[in-house]
Amino acid sequence: MESAARNISFKEKANKALGIVPEDAIISKSYLFVSFIALLVGGVLGLLQGLNRAGLLELPLWFNYYQVLTAHGILLILVFTAFFTIGYFYAVLSHTLDGLLPKVRKMAWIGFGLKIFGFVLAVIPIIMNEASVMFTFYPPLAAHPVFYIGLVFIVVGVWMCAFGSFIQVANWRKRNKGEHVPILSYFATGVFVLLFFGSVPVAIEVFMIIPWALGWVETINVMLSRTLFWAFGHTLVNIWYLTAISAWYVVVPKVIGGRRFSDTLTRLVIIMLVVLNIPGGFHHQIVDPGITESVKFLHVFMSLAIGFPSLMTAYAMFSVFEKTAKKKGGKGVFAWFKKLPWGDVRFLAPMIAMIAFIPGGAGGIAQSTNQLNQVAHNTMWVVGHFHLTLGTTAVLTFFGISYWLVPFISKRVLTPAINKLGVIQTIFWTVGMIFMAGAMHWVGLLGSPRRTSYTTYSDHATALGWDPYLFFLAIGGTLLMIGIIIQVYAVIHLMFFAPKGETEFPIAEVEENATKTPYWTERWGVIIVIMLLVIAMGYVIPLVEMIVNAPPGSPPYSPW
Amino acid sequence: MKMHLDEKIWLVLSFGMIMGMMLFTGYQTFVLGMGPPSHMETIDPQQVDETAPFDEPGVFEIGENEYEVVMTLELFSFNPGDIEIPAGSTVHFTMTSKDVTHGFQVTGTNLNAMVMPGHIQKISQTFHEPGEYLVLCNEYCGIGHQHMATTITVK
Repeated sequence: MESAARNISFKEKANKALGIVPEDAIISKSYLFVSFIALLVGGVLGLLQGLNRAGLLELPLWFNYYQVLTAHGILLILVFTAFFTIGYFYAVLSHTLDGLLPKVRKMAWIGFGLKIFGFVLAVIPIIMNEASVMFTFYPPLAAHPVFYIGLVFIVVGVWMCAFGSFIQVANWRKRNKGEHVPILSYFATGVFVLLFFGSVPVAIEVFMIIPWALGWVETINVMLSRTLFWAFGHTLVNIWYLTAISAWYVVVPKVIGGRRFSDTLTRLVIIMLVVLNIPGGFHHQIVDPGITESVKFLHVFMSLAIGFPSLMTAYAMFSVFEKTAKKKGGKGVFAWFKKLPWGDVRFLAPMIAMIAFIPGGAGGIAQSTNQLNQVAHNTMWVVGHFHLTLGTTAVLTFFGISYWLVPFISKRVLTPAINKLGVIQTIFWTVGMIFMAGAMHWVGLLGSPRRTSYTTYSDHATALGWDPYLFFLAIGGTLLMIGIIIQVYAVIHLMFFAPKGETEFPIAEVEENATKTPYWTERWGVIIVIMLLVIAMGYVIPLVEMIVNAPPGSPPYSPW
Repeated sequence: MKMHLDEKIWLVLSFGMIMGMMLFTGYQTFVLGMGPPSHMETIDPQQVDETAPFDEPGVFEIGENEYEVVMTLELFSFNPGDIEIPAGSTVHFTMTSKDVTHGFQVTGTNLNAMVMPGHIQKISQTFHEPGEYLVLCNEYCGIGHQHMATTITVK
């Protein structure tokens, strides 16, 4: 313990004196810059859709709704989140593991180049209207082969970064035998393990698709590709979540002047999310044919199990708020509420993100159960759900992180003016999402389908009844667009124009009387084996069924 | 590992809630027969028009107030469309896709199923209330996806 304490204070001093290594800073800066530009463009596309959906805007033939929607999904779900996550966690690895190794730095750059190249390849056919397949690209919809080749480059780029992080962590552990990997780097390890293992199934899928899209093989197994996609798609969800809660557990307590929650339980939550996550993908296929009811029931459990670590997190957060408020002299049950720094965007944004996860998580649990899923499946409800969970819980936390991370890597400071702007941004985002995600949930329950451009279905009374809700959706979307403009302005300002100075990387300490974390939490080999066993439990039976009893395959279709 | 009593209570409640959702889902699926549409039969997606029963799509009365609808979905239509049935009848839908993945959703009911090429999907519903129900495709299927709809009129 003593040596650990010495270590920390030495590192703190070193970091204070030197800040982030410039070579590492430029990596994170580049990743975050791409991330927020993707947010800006993706946001504009989102607004176009919202206005179309409300019947206020007709999109031109050369840039139709489904092109816009495909680009919106790829930009925000892949580019924005992946570049943010990698930029953030590479800053974490650099800061908490004594600077990136030269080899790892190189890998981060190669990964950056591969991803950008892959992204450009994927976008060209979308713009040319030869890849309106959505970010889910379910066969037998077939995009131009270049689209899939682009995806391969993106995946390989992500793997580069994942392996870079593993090398960095392994090297640190060799130099610090018997010690626990610092908590934020532990989160990073979990995220990159999921990124790697989660993208394996989609890589297999894409390698099935490419020869088929090129016409070398005639048909494809539709069910198998869809299932492999969701093994990845759902993992991505938990990568966002794990990234967000890393800030909740470690950064938020420091920002509010407290200490963080039990180190053991924090690590346990990470382990549970890694182990339980990948089979959760099946809850996207609850009303599919070709999967038996008993397999679907098994997967209700596999999906809901992820709810447990989230409920543990809910407890942990409120416990930290309450303890911190008590230390500051707050009395009574709701003292924590008054003692929190609501005017500090570094707290306010992630706090609202957490609050949004209460309805977001509850909606998720509802959707995972078979019969309720049948009501909501593929309706606007689902779109509302992930704009609440991804669009608010994850994204607002990312925004909150940006207000200290960007000045930290840019050796600048967060000025009171930009902090105030951040608070205003958070309010725009919150109100915008209440309108938009709220309207989406409601109109979804009334039957309005997702991924459908404006239509009244020949003036059917039911469809006409959706219009007022869709109008609210457009209002929300407009507020969110204003929010995005403010946010991107703030990031650019903090990156290039804010006053020079030192910004702290806020990492909370554990409680003084905290018990020692058991060392088994460091055994990633065992954790990964357990994860693979759980994946096998979830996937072996249905995948064998889908391959052995497969119907004749499907030829490609490009109906656009 | 130290845990406070209130945390233990919270976690027991959390676990209980998840198990409760599980039990309800299992009860509804296996006891009440309300499981999600999960039909296992397959079909050659390029031979749908030649394969029974889809060589003759249509509405068939199979009992008192009981109908079977044999339906094919394709870009961008449902066949048969504009279905009419008397109020109170139970309808069993047997569906497959002739091209890409489609969705079958009937607003105002719990009918919601994926209809995929190569797979036969089945789902049933009793229509008590008269009215014109909107049937729509809820899985993006191409440029005309927003026009893929029809109606079920219950009289």
